[in-house]
Amino acid sequence: MNTGDTAFMLIATAMVMLMTPGLALFYGGMVRSKNVLSTLLQSFICLGVVTIIWVLFGYTMAFGTDINGLIGGLDFLFLRGVGGTPAEGSTIPHLVFCAFQLMFAVITPALITGAFAERIKFSAFLVFTVLWTTFVYFPVCHWVWGGGWISGHGGLDFAGGTVIHINSGAAALVAAMLIGKRKGWGREAIHPHNLSMTLLGAGILWFGWFGFNAGSALAADGIAANAFMTTQVAASCGALAWLFAEWINQGKPTILGAASGAIAGLVAITPGAGFVSPASAIIIGLAGGVICYVAVLAKNKLGYDDALDVVGIHGVGGVWGALATGMFASLAVNPGGADGLFYGNAKLLFVQAVDAGATIIYSVVVSFIILKAIDLIIGLRVEIDDEVQGLDLSQHSEIGYTL
Amino acid sequence: MQKIEAIIKPFKLDDVKDALNAIGISGMTLSEVKGYGRQKGHKEIYRGAEYNVDFIPKIKLELVVNSSQTELVVETIMKAANTGKIGDGKIFIMPVEEVIRVRTGEKGADAI
Repeated sequence: MNTGDTAFMLIATAMVMLMTPGLALFYGGMVRSKNVLSTLLQSFICLGVVTIIWVLFGYTMAFGTDINGLIGGLDFLFLRGVGGTPAEGSTIPHLVFCAFQLMFAVITPALITGAFAERIKFSAFLVFTVLWTTFVYFPVCHWVWGGGWISGHGGLDFAGGTVIHINSGAAALVAAMLIGKRKGWGREAIHPHNLSMTLLGAGILWFGWFGFNAGSALAADGIAANAFMTTQVAASCGALAWLFAEWINQGKPTILGAASGAIAGLVAITPGAGFVSPASAIIIGLAGGVICYVAVLAKNKLGYDDALDVVGIHGVGGVWGALATGMFASLAVNPGGADGLFYGNAKLLFVQAVDAGATIIYSVVVSFIILKAIDLIIGLRVEIDDEVQGLDLSQHSEIGYTL
Repeated sequence: MQKIEAIIKPFKLDDVKDALNAIGISGMTLSEVKGYGRQKGHKEIYRGAEYNVDFIPKIKLELVVNSSQTELVVETIMKAANTGKIGDGKIFIMPVEEVIRVRTGEKGADAI
């Protein structure tokens, strides 16, 4: 065991935990004031729900002994045998690794809440979170990090571009389409009610992302340092790229654009953070900001109401990040990774595309089944009167502001 | 007696109120209203989606005066509320049949 690594990973874990309340603020500012509390709660309560199922059976489904590359076995049920001593080949206590991975499992279903914000029934949301985390997140997490087929055939995902962002983005697309548009979408103005809250949330996410990406090195070493720097570079470039793209295209640079672009850059660098150089991160971040901006514009044309743009930012940004890793990854940066297209290995780009495609298909299909089943049994959407009144009052008997 | 309704730009309220006080008008009622005339609203952009906001905030002042004062009051408001730019507002004048002070029951000019 290495005490330096352990201390670093404990702090990184706490930083990733803070991302979920950060996401709550990021999303909360973007909805109308009548839905602010429900939106905050949908992210926050994932800390409660996912933690329990992680301890009971989630960790073992993701990281138990591999079964055919698809899922983990039941050896760590109830965290049996997961204790203070490091697992084989690790320098940190097994429980620290388990806690670090838990925080990733928490934020992923929280990301999806942006798609059905302002209209989902809270009970339906809770059931969805349990089922989706169990049947989509844990298997895909196993494929990439638990010894499953994606890591087995050489796919690279440093900190969760596939597991977290592509996965949640694909589910968000299905959710937005199944639950339908918010009342008045496209006809009346649906304004963000507090963009300063959104900017604070984006700042907390950016801060937490250092734990997310640098911590994914699982050691306080040079790879962590590389991931830390590429994270900063890509976030900065993403914010600037979206800001200027919007400025050029629509005449004004906006706060929401800068915040969204920073998140787009962070999403884009996630899979490659420990495999690409800081110089490559400039290109990945700039392109990430522009690509996600265009993807969000396309949503308005395509006509599905992904309320807070989970698909445009996490889905599309995640796919760009996976492909960019296939282009810019370099063994000179990380001998444990691979060379990408621009370093003479075109095959990595192909492998990355296959991984992204497989994750999208799996997430779309299983999310569809889960959401359809919930819609039939509980109903996904609140009554129209409740939606008009706002979810804060209709679902929680609270209001965010008494002004 | 006449009632004067003036729609003005919100940031001109203090100027108008002070000017009216200076000519001896010591009471008025105001409402925060929204509306539009020749002045267009504005555009808001959120993640690429553009919304046109037509109704913009204005202040509506209402005051009742003796008919002999009407001209002076209107001139005073026009002077104080004028910026020279489109959207400065409008003034409406209408007759008032009766004014009654609730506390004392006084009527007419005494009650203004």
